[in-house]
Amino acid sequence: MSEALLTATGVTKSYGATPALRGVDVTVAAGEIVAITGPSGCGKSTLLHCLAGILRADQGSIVYRDQDINLWSEASRSRLRRTEFGVLFQFGQLVPELTAVENVALPLLLAGSGRREAGEAALGWLDRFGVADLAEQRPGAMSGGQQQRCAAARALVTEPRVIFADEPTGALDQLNGEQMMTAMVRAVREQDSSLVLVTHEASIAAYADREIVLRDGAADPSGIGIPG
Amino acid sequence: MSTAHVLLGLLAAGPRHGYDLKRAHDDRFPQAKPLAYGQVYATLGRLERDGLVVRSGQDQESGPERTSYELTDLGRERLDTWLTEVEPPAPYVSGTLFNKVVVALLASGIDQATGYLTAQRAAHVTRMRELTAIKTRPGANVGDVVAADYAIGHLDADLRWLRTTLARVAELQKEVTA
Repeated sequence: MSEALLTATGVTKSYGATPALRGVDVTVAAGEIVAITGPSGCGKSTLLHCLAGILRADQGSIVYRDQDINLWSEASRSRLRRTEFGVLFQFGQLVPELTAVENVALPLLLAGSGRREAGEAALGWLDRFGVADLAEQRPGAMSGGQQQRCAAARALVTEPRVIFADEPTGALDQLNGEQMMTAMVRAVREQDSSLVLVTHEASIAAYADREIVLRDGAADPSGIGIPG
Repeated sequence: MSTAHVLLGLLAAGPRHGYDLKRAHDDRFPQAKPLAYGQVYATLGRLERDGLVVRSGQDQESGPERTSYELTDLGRERLDTWLTEVEPPAPYVSGTLFNKVVVALLASGIDQATGYLTAQRAAHVTRMRELTAIKTRPGANVGDVVAADYAIGHLDADLRWLRTTLARVAELQKEVTA
């Protein structure tokens, strides 16, 4: 495994008076797949959102390629998420007015690609996730599993350096979840991207090279993660 | 798993000799313990005695002489019956794992039990990761994937039980130290 691509140190985050993260350290190497697990309310989603620059940590640093992105402006972090990061949530969050292929092409268009080139790349990614035949469908006409595959294609279409996935299989049945994870892991390995994955399921965490277990907003070195 | 029934199943496609059956078994059940030759021939002997298979020919193309076996009508019937029988839903928890946890809780302190449970959990997680890697490997065939799914499903159930047990032990510890 190569050197650290993303290093978070001493990350804290509170919602009002409620602490969600109490000083967490995370290192993600280039090409590494890391699962963040732990019981409900342990802070795993909050940590992922801080690492991806969606939330700003109260304290600590999040260093991506030698720069502390926690200090960056909202606009800069948003640009980073469009170019070098890919984000996937539990419920795909596709744009309902756009077709599947338009949804997947969107990040490329925002990054300045031509319409034709973006469309072709989007179709290729839909194919990898087994939903190319739904290219012209809008999300409303698709099942939850199909929408999630499109969302995964959209997260990967820019070939990001790091993909952040928050309970990506949480809304899927077992087979759909596994097929999506397999397609995602193969793509990540091929591109030598990194993947940071939040899940509460051991069978999904098993797709990762390494697991970080959180408990009450801090890393639990015993790896047990049972509520204290 | 009943070796006899698996051999009957492998013979359903046509006659095969013992060596071929062993290879077919090990290919189709890559996560299972490889069949020993002795076990194959002993099982074939019993199946022959019971009229479920018969010798169908000798093959001496290369190497030693080999006897092929084929399924009889009775054998086919026995196989079909087995395939329609529902297995008793016996708990998977392998004797050793379950017994060790219970004994650790009874015979040693909570700390030692927790230590064992934690180490066992780590071993389960590692094995699950290995099996998942087999599944995601490009070119993994359906046999590999289905076999890995089966093992992962059982390890996952063990893990849930280990986690619950750890949580119970932690509660117990709180009560004891309170």
